[in-house]
Amino acid sequence: MMQFKILLFGITKDIFGGRTHTVQLPPKATVSILKDALSKSHPEVDGLSSLMIAVNNTYAQDGTILSETDEIALIPPVSGG
Amino acid sequence: MSKVEFSKAELERYSRHLIIPDFNIEGQRKLKEAKVLIVGTGGLGAPLLLYLTAAGVGHIGILDFDVVDDSNLQRQVLFTVDDVGKSKAEVAGERLKALNPHVNFTVHNTQLTSENALDIIKDYDLVADGTDNFPTRYLVNDACVILNKTNVYASIYRFEGQVSVFNYTDSEGNTGPNYRDLFPTPPPPGLVPSCAEGGVIGVLPGIIGSLQANEVLKVISGIGDPLSGRLFLFDALSFETRTVKLRKEADRPAITELIDYQVFCGFGAEEEDGYQVKEISVEELQKLQAEGKDFQLIDVRETYEYEIANLEAELIPLGEIERAVNKISSDKQVIVHCRSGKRSADAIQLLEKKYGFTNLYNLEGGILAWAEKVDDAMAKY
Repeated sequence: MMQFKILLFGITKDIFGGRTHTVQLPPKATVSILKDALSKSHPEVDGLSSLMIAVNNTYAQDGTILSETDEIALIPPVSGG
Repeated sequence: MSKVEFSKAELERYSRHLIIPDFNIEGQRKLKEAKVLIVGTGGLGAPLLLYLTAAGVGHIGILDFDVVDDSNLQRQVLFTVDDVGKSKAEVAGERLKALNPHVNFTVHNTQLTSENALDIIKDYDLVADGTDNFPTRYLVNDACVILNKTNVYASIYRFEGQVSVFNYTDSEGNTGPNYRDLFPTPPPPGLVPSCAEGGVIGVLPGIIGSLQANEVLKVISGIGDPLSGRLFLFDALSFETRTVKLRKEADRPAITELIDYQVFCGFGAEEEDGYQVKEISVEELQKLQAEGKDFQLIDVRETYEYEIANLEAELIPLGEIERAVNKISSDKQVIVHCRSGKRSADAIQLLEKKYGFTNLYNLEGGILAWAEKVDDAMAKY
């Protein structure tokens, strides 16, 4: 297993209780696998339905393969004005 | 088309723009020719309207249906104490006219809806979205896509802001991503709090709304690189900024017509799963207290909310309720309350379903109703 550090934004800070969250994933895990792991440990993430994942400051697709050195950010929608 | 001219007063007023080599009188002319709609005159609307008016955008539409509330004044710097209770759009219009008499204003004292959005937006060159809810954000986005208008977007939450330029068509005719490329569908109601529910630090909309105003000026005048295809994130607490590259979602369904955005965002379905909890009104609670009846009163808000206003109830925050089940009576009436009645209903539902309580009553309208109907001196927040 490999360790991934996730940067949290908006409501995901409340969901995970901090500014970052660490997950263990198998090697060559994709964004889709990451989403599944996060939803499993924190079902509210699944409820968000639209949750943008940025890898190295770029919008990441479900098939994007993650490496341990990637900077991963969880960016939920925000509605305030 | 005849060239836009400037009066002596305008030339003097805009002189600091006119002497910037990259902006000059051509940039100012484009501002004067432009028609910009500001949707929402709240935290983001204030700096947007103030700076775009001051800068000399020729025609500004001001859209809001709401009235000024005491709780707006902590961040909505366009308004003063005397404006409380008045139409935001109308007050804004008056104030801005005094700021720059060379600007034409159209005041839309109305709510943007699927019925009127296309009709209102079609008359403008560009829209800046400073609304405070998901249904209107999707509505503004979709209407801009249908009408092929640029949507300069910003949004705030507690200490964080987001800015982007959506649906921007560059000089080569390529149109950038829009809101739906980031967030194709909205979160369910209640999961992502608004400013009213989650709070916002007062200066944040000043920062983010000013960045938004800057993007509006850039797009209109054609200078620099607009924030198209990128999402800017700002965290005021850590002072971290980041700009995320976006992409157009190739297999996203095309936006061809406006829909019912309340339904789309899950509103109108009321009690999410149809679960009903027993309720008690604030007047009934007051009567129980006056008669000295034996009951338990539980407050499921957070400690910091208790300090703002409270009913001297036992405080068990919603997040701790399952660890405190043994503190909740099962042999007498228990009344549960929060700020508005939503969290207390969630608490009751959990306690009934998981722990079999049958003696729980939700205080309808919570602290807000108590302050409204029973205790004038209590602060609504």
